[in-house]
Order: sequence, then C-alpha cells, then structure tokens
Amino acid sequence: MKPRVAIFDFGCCEGCQLQIVNLEEEILDLLGPVEMVTWREAMSEHSDDFDIALVEGSITREEEVSRLQWIREQAKTLVALGACAHIGGINCLKNRFDLEEVRRAVYGEYAEWFDTAPTRPLEAVVRVDAVVPGCPVNRQELLEIIKALLLGKKPALPTYSVCVECKRKNNVCVFDKGLVCLGPIVRAGCGAVCPSFGNRCEGCRGLVPEPNLNSHRGVLAQYGLNLEEILHFVNLYGGCQAELASLQGREGGLR
Amino acid sequence: MKDGKIQVHYLTRVEGHGNIHVEIAGGELRSFRWEIPEAPRFFEAMVRGQSYADVAHITSRICGICSIGHTLCALQAVENALGVRPSEQTLLLRKLILHGETVQSHILHAGYLAAPDFLGAPSVVPLVESHREVVLTIIRLHRLANEWCDLIGGRTTHPINAVVNGWTSLPTEEQLSALRTRIEAGLADAWAIVEVFRLFSIPDFRRDTEYLALRHPDEYAFYEGDIASTDGGTTPVSDYRKKVIEFIVPYSTAKRARSDRRPSYAVGALARFNNNYEQLSPQARKAAEALGFRPVCTNPFMNTVAQVVEVVHALEDSLRLIDLLLARGLRREDRTVQVRAGHGVGAVEVPRGVLFHEYTLDERGLVVEANLVIPTGQNHQNIEDDMEALIPQVIERPQEEIRLLLEMLVRAYDPCISCSTHLLEVEFR
Repeated sequence: MKPRVAIFDFGCCEGCQLQIVNLEEEILDLLGPVEMVTWREAMSEHSDDFDIALVEGSITREEEVSRLQWIREQAKTLVALGACAHIGGINCLKNRFDLEEVRRAVYGEYAEWFDTAPTRPLEAVVRVDAVVPGCPVNRQELLEIIKALLLGKKPALPTYSVCVECKRKNNVCVFDKGLVCLGPIVRAGCGAVCPSFGNRCEGCRGLVPEPNLNSHRGVLAQYGLNLEEILHFVNLYGGCQAELASLQGREGGLR
Repeated sequence: MKDGKIQVHYLTRVEGHGNIHVEIAGGELRSFRWEIPEAPRFFEAMVRGQSYADVAHITSRICGICSIGHTLCALQAVENALGVRPSEQTLLLRKLILHGETVQSHILHAGYLAAPDFLGAPSVVPLVESHREVVLTIIRLHRLANEWCDLIGGRTTHPINAVVNGWTSLPTEEQLSALRTRIEAGLADAWAIVEVFRLFSIPDFRRDTEYLALRHPDEYAFYEGDIASTDGGTTPVSDYRKKVIEFIVPYSTAKRARSDRRPSYAVGALARFNNNYEQLSPQARKAAEALGFRPVCTNPFMNTVAQVVEVVHALEDSLRLIDLLLARGLRREDRTVQVRAGHGVGAVEVPRGVLFHEYTLDERGLVVEANLVIPTGQNHQNIEDDMEALIPQVIERPQEEIRLLLEMLVRAYDPCISCSTHLLEVEFR
C-alpha cells in the first residue's frame, strides 16, 4: 500500500505548499510512490484517511485547535511545513500587541465578528514528528525530508549554524560588510541563501540546538544595535521562540 | 433545479479558503453568498513599529504566489515616502522579475488549477496520464518562470535581494543572456498553451462590469501607472482612496471594495486586457486574435484566457527588457537613502490585479500606519454580483452543473484568499 499523503494549511501565505508545485517535473516522480488524497489548493477530491499530513501555517484562532488535533489523530506522521508551522514565523509579530485592541482597531464596531488568538506554532498544540524549516521551505531539503519519511527514517536536520554554509560558499561575512546577521545562531540547511544574495540571515529556520544567545547579543550590540533593535531583528520570524527571551536578559516572553 | 441548497465548503483549487452558499426554492434564487472564513493575519498591525527597510520582507509573506508583487509594491510605497526614485537599472530588473512572477502565477492558475475544469478532470493529477504533453509544457513554463525569478531575486518565493532603492546582488550579463535564450524557447511553449486554450469551450456569460487597471503612457502597465477605468478617466495612485472604497461584510474576513461609480468592479488580467489592449506586445495581440478575444470583454470566465495572452506578453516584453539591460551593462549602484518622516503609496499590477500599499513613516523610518488593498479583496463583491446574475440564467440546470459552474466562476478570478484576508485597514489612536 502506498502511503496516503494529505496537505493542510492554517494561517500563512501558502508559499510552502507552493514549493511542492515548484518541484516541477520531480513532483511527477513523487506521485509514483505516494497517493495524494487531500490537497485543497490543487485537487477537488479529498479523503479523511491519510498516513502522512504535511501541515503549513500557524495557529491563530481558537477554532483551529480542534482541526489540528483531528489531523493529529488521523495521521501516523505529522510534518510541520515551513516557518509558520515550525516556529510561528512572521505571524508572531502580531503577539507584540494587545490583541483585543488590534481587533477593534482593524474591524471597529464589527470586532465581535472576527476571532483571533495569539499566534502559536504547531508543536504548542500537538506533537510534531518532523519539521521542514524555512520561509519558504527549501525545495531540495523538502524533497530529502519526504524521501526520508517514505523510507521510514527520521529526517536529520543540520545541527550547525548558517555560518558554516556561508563559509563553504566563500561569502564575505555579512558583519564585514557593515551589516548585522543572525547566521551564527540559526540552523543551516538553506545553503545560506540570503547572505549569498547580498542580504543578511533573518532567522527564518529557527535556532541551532543550544545557541549561545548571550554571546550573540553582545556581538549585535557591538555592531551598534540597541536592545530594541535587537529584539525587532530576532522577532522578525522568531517571536514565538521562548529561548529568545534570554536575549532580553530576563525570564518571560518577548513583547 | 427547483429546490435545494448548494454548499461548497472550502472551494478547492484556489489559494486560500472560500465557501459558496446558494439557496433555491420554488425554482427561484432565495439567497447566495461568497464567504471568506480564512484566518485574518493582521499585517497592517504587524508592520507597525517596523523599519522602512524590513517592510518589504514582512509584507512579502502575505502571499506565497505573488510575494514578488508585494515586495515591489512595498518598496515603491516606501521610496515614495522617502522621496527616492530608483535608477533605470533597478526599475528594469524589477519589471523583469515581475514578468517572471506573472508567468509563474498565470501558468499555475491557467495550467494546474483551471485547465482540469475544461478537460473534465478533478485535478491536474489524472491529466499527467491523459494529456501528458500538455502537462509537460505547463511544467516547463512553470520551471522557466521560477528559475527566472530565482536568478533575479535570489528566490522565486519571498525574494531576497530586492531592497529600498536597488538590489543587494545582480545577475551577470552571461546569466541574463542565457535567460534570454530560455525565454525565447518559452515563447514557443506559450503558443502551444494558446493552441490548447483555443479548443476549450468557455462558458458564455456576460455582465456589464467596470474594470480597473493601472495605465502607463509607454507600456502595458505592470510596475507602475495611473488607475484607469473602462468607464473612462484615470486617477493618480496617490488618490487611490477616492477611486477604491473599502467596506466590511460580516461573513467575510476579507474587506471588499466598490468604486466611486459602481457598487462593485473587477481587477486582474481581464481588467488589464480591457483597459490596455492596444499596448500588448505584437505576439500577445496575435495570441488574442487566435483566441477570438477582443476588448471590452465582460465575460468573467475569460479572465483565464486573458492570463494566457499575458503570458505571451510577459515573455516577449522580457526579451526587450533584457536587451536594454545588456545594452547598458550591469553595474553596482549606490543604494543609500536619507531617512525622513513621510507618507507614500505604491501600486503594482500583480497577477490578480492592482495592489496598493500605503505607509506613513516617522522620522526614524518606522511605520506608524499602513494600509494594504489586495486585488482579490477588490474582486469579492464583483464575484458575488456575477453569481446573482448567473444563477437565474442557469437555474433550470441540474444542481451539480450549477455547482460546477459557480466553482468555475470563482476560480476564473484566480482568487488569492490568503492575500485578501489581510485587507485590513488599521488606524491606531
């Protein structure tokens, strides 16, 4: 029996499931060993009977919790697809504000019609078996992870930082160009794509295991960032990562 | 169909979540609506307090399909707020990558999402066997468009190097020449798609509609222009709020819009075609003729056909852009800007229609207020008005046929629902 694969999405841009389409001809190879049973964006058919659930997006409304729990109950393997599902991603920027105030400011007298809740990554709600990091996910890494899952292996993510890949590519260090970068504390696997195209690492893939945050905070400060600017930077994609609270030098979530 | 309800919960083969509800009793249409239950993400709130330099990377994440359009629109609005006009090289590269995104998105929609309707399939998957050559041609064009955007932008989804007043990295002239060769080959593939679409029978339905699109004196507008209407006249982008009037309905997390003249209007490929047909590239005009397609066309199902014509245009016009870039030679340019307080509006024709970004910056360049008006949001009311006109015309048909036709109608607009649910104006007091 071929594994039955379903794709689901919560609050996000749906750019990560687009990377599946962006596999181009390689998607035809994938359609051999698996049976796609649910993919609302691409297919009219759907089934509630599936083995592997690829889930993108973060939880941003209470009503989504039960849907995610249902997916968890059906799936043998639940994969968090992309930064929003993995670490909350850009959606966490919302958590800096008082949500009641934001909702009222957005919808005015109609605020009661529209529900919202603090952004959470999937693993804040259910157990997650595997992760494809990134905003968006890297197509080749996605393919490798899917292959590993089909072979019944637990996919291995790099445990080293983006800096390692940047050095391998002979990039000039972002800091040497007078910019600041999160490369030293962020998990590799993207091929250091942002520094390679002249920009900085913004941390969309989440932290390396045991990152030296205090040291990196010192580096960012040395390069002229004040605490507010440091928090803005690390919160771009990482605002839901509790470890980052230590950057602030105290316990508790970032605001 | 005499009595009954049509409920399409989570319409498939569209980007995002939308529901269709129709109630028919005694052979008459009782109620209908096009609902958007997608979770709102509050982007206008999220960018508050963020730096002018980060706004494009944040708002790019509104949409996976048109992230390049959001990026460019945000950059344009920020540059207008800072009083910056980027160099010719910067603008040529922006237009080139925008064409790449137009091809990527239009092929995704016309090829992967809409074509199965015309070939009687529930998705593209069975077409891999039954129409293998067509599917391979679609994939080739899709790959070309993505690799084109990878080359110019570093990454096709959420581009990396497009920043305020320039680019942090440039393609080499050799890479651009190689891209040119591939785009020429892509034109032949695009013609193959035109031939496929000639065979499709498009539902015959017309409703008098106002179409809005950017218009530019020198080119078929994608990157910039004034707001033109098929009802006549143009409006400068800085006055967009006079033309585009937003409102809220309770069953939709996406705001809707009407024009200053009508209770609804349409944007997108058909709106651009209807407003700017004369400026299409020569081959795109030929493609339109081959498809028997002339402006002003008020059949919303023809939006997908307009996308096919625009694929030809985007490919052919990109050859011109690359020739200009190669003739001038690529060089690193100064990107410095003077940060100041200001207010700016940007407008870009993204695949689904005209997109507006508006920002107010403080003296440190941090966002004080933002407003984003997304194409699909502008189309929601028009979709519902089309349903109201279409259902009575087909009410005698069986329920399943009506359901499929309504699904096809919504799909023809190529709605990008996760985009449109960020159509949330925020005023912090």
